[in-house]
Amino acid sequence: MPSILGASTIAEYLEESWNSSPGLAMAIAAIVHVTMIMGLFGLIPMVFIWMERKVAGRIQDRLGPTRVGGRFGWLQGLADGIKLIQKEDLCPKEADPFLFKMAPYITCVAAICGFIVLPFSQGWGSVASDIGLFVLFAILSIEVVGIILAGYSSGSKWSLFGGMREAAQMVSYEIPLAICGLVPIVALGTLNFSEISAVQRGWASNWMLFHDPFTFITFFVYFIVATAGCKRAPFDLAEAESELVGGFHTEYSGMRWSFFFMAEYAAMFLVSGVAVILFLGGWNSGIGFVDSFIDDVVRPSGPSLGIEGFVLGSYIANLIGLKIMLIKASLLVFVQIWVRWTLPRLRIDQVMTTCLKYLIPISCFLFLGSVLWPVVLSTTTGKTTLFDAVPLGDRFQEQVERTNSEPVKPILKKEETKQDKKPAHSNNSAGSQETVSLITE
Amino acid sequence: MTIPQILFYIFALVTCGGAIAVVVSQNVVRMAFWLIVSLGSLSGLFFMAHADFVAGAQLLIYVGGTLVLLVFGVMLTASGAQRQLKMSPADGFLAAGVGTVFLTIIMSTVISVDWDGVSKTLTGEVVSQKIPTGYNKGEEGNTIRRLGLGFLGIRADKDLGAPEDKKISTGYLLPFEIVSIHLLVVLIGASYLARAKRKVAPRTN
Amino acid sequence: MEGISLNSFLFVGAILFVSGIVCMATKRNLIGILMGVELVLNGANVNLVAFSRYSSIGIDAKFIALFVIVLAAAEAAVALAIALSFYNNHQTIDVDQADELQG
Repeated sequence: MPSILGASTIAEYLEESWNSSPGLAMAIAAIVHVTMIMGLFGLIPMVFIWMERKVAGRIQDRLGPTRVGGRFGWLQGLADGIKLIQKEDLCPKEADPFLFKMAPYITCVAAICGFIVLPFSQGWGSVASDIGLFVLFAILSIEVVGIILAGYSSGSKWSLFGGMREAAQMVSYEIPLAICGLVPIVALGTLNFSEISAVQRGWASNWMLFHDPFTFITFFVYFIVATAGCKRAPFDLAEAESELVGGFHTEYSGMRWSFFFMAEYAAMFLVSGVAVILFLGGWNSGIGFVDSFIDDVVRPSGPSLGIEGFVLGSYIANLIGLKIMLIKASLLVFVQIWVRWTLPRLRIDQVMTTCLKYLIPISCFLFLGSVLWPVVLSTTTGKTTLFDAVPLGDRFQEQVERTNSEPVKPILKKEETKQDKKPAHSNNSAGSQETVSLITE
Repeated sequence: MTIPQILFYIFALVTCGGAIAVVVSQNVVRMAFWLIVSLGSLSGLFFMAHADFVAGAQLLIYVGGTLVLLVFGVMLTASGAQRQLKMSPADGFLAAGVGTVFLTIIMSTVISVDWDGVSKTLTGEVVSQKIPTGYNKGEEGNTIRRLGLGFLGIRADKDLGAPEDKKISTGYLLPFEIVSIHLLVVLIGASYLARAKRKVAPRTN
Repeated sequence: MEGISLNSFLFVGAILFVSGIVCMATKRNLIGILMGVELVLNGANVNLVAFSRYSSIGIDAKFIALFVIVLAAAEAAVALAIALSFYNNHQTIDVDQADELQG
């Protein structure tokens, strides 16, 4: 299948324009990616913890943080971080010191690794894997291991209860999460995030949310399950303060404690990002003429930035896409915060009942329905989509043609120049269409 | 040393070190932790060997599924976080000795086989020359479509263009179905085996 | 993948395999033995993936590796159920205690 996206990677840019060795180019590209992902992992919790405080304050009819860093308390998250770094790193006598210290790292690494496959705009992701969604769910499922180990190694009853609850809850909720993720995949036929987002370009009726009634319901089921998967209220039984003191992190203090929190907020953003790409059009605005303006006018215009086929306009277009994506994902995170401060916590048996007796059958039903939907719709009405939207296959074809026809696109030009320069290596570059990587200035 | 080589050695060291730590650890939960480390970095090795889907499955099923199950089992059997598995020093030395001998035998076998020669007599290809550059250039690691079609019994690389009399599908539809039934049986059987035994009070009337 | 030979992958597989065997032989805890089995299966998987990468067996080895992973998960579930059942009856999962059928 031809790839929709062609973009040169940092490594290729360094190799071609600066004539650096492949190894060095790869190392520099890796360092850039790692730095950006780590920065994101630090920044996201800071912003959302501030947001959580403000939203909680408004919902409870108070102000929230008002002083640190100006009128709205912008720097509250940073102040919290500094306070937590200063705290003593305690390890209880009853705990298994080695596991107790390692557990936060597992959780943290899992949350960081999730960002490796999540793209933020066209071509702006570290690794454009063909199995992006699959890898993301796989990485998210590791997070629970750290929490169970934390609960178990603390040597405290509260922690152990929290860990047990978390284990039972996560193992159960992974099933509907995966099934809900599959529902739009059945219609789309790809697990690649970039391709998923690219076919949802245009008016909002092109979004997978409005593709059929089953994907519409699936979005809400997915969101409930993802909220439970991040152990957010009303499913935060693993850390239920009223019953378990602090749950699995009762014994933790200082930075190790905050690692769990950073991982939680990063995971909230991750599942929201997945929901945005799967159902809400990814980095497309959902307004037809805006999308076509961005892609047809902004993207090819402007002076070249030195990278072959990469012009200023495509950078700006990607930046707009990034902002749209961040706004959509932040809105979903806001809903998660809103739900947390509005709804009471469920009991543990209710949490398990909700999953095993309701969510799993519902998601199985939705999966079956979305498989049967195209057949039923085309035999009864002759259409392939609701709202007379463009069929998915046509949309995909359109994207492929648009990518290949654009004169400034990198792949075509690069192949020519590569053949001019060093014909011996021209075979290698043929495959580079699939490799999309983060472009930074 | 190239970058892929360095990456390979890091992943290989963590994998092997984790595996050995599993054997050496005296505590079940620590064993589980080292197993997680070992299998997690093993999936990194799979990514490097251009088997992306296998690596993802390794992470999802092994690390996220099986190992959580194992830790869960440790909790339910109340082995205790501090409980040590006792092993006498004599047993330990014996096991280490036997293990070393066994490892030496396997490794010497691996070295003594001329893989290039074997591959050349079988297919005419030479193993050591199949070395592309860089990580996952092109479609090397993107095997999901071919894997998916293969599980549905279609092998695009073998079925298409084959002679008419040899058009027997080499796909994996039957094993796939058998495995899915097997998983269902396992699901029912395991939940039956592990069910909580209800104590029925003897009827007194 | 420059400079990484087939042998390096096979060595990793060998170390995993031997570790698994030694783990199965020395641990008395049922769950410890189970972890040894997982290591052995993964050692086999490394070989499969390596041969899929370096030899002409191609994608078939990846199919088999996937089957191994799935069946290992099933095996772990059943073995764990047996362990729990054994624990319910004997209040231990030391395999040396499971000698009722010994003649």
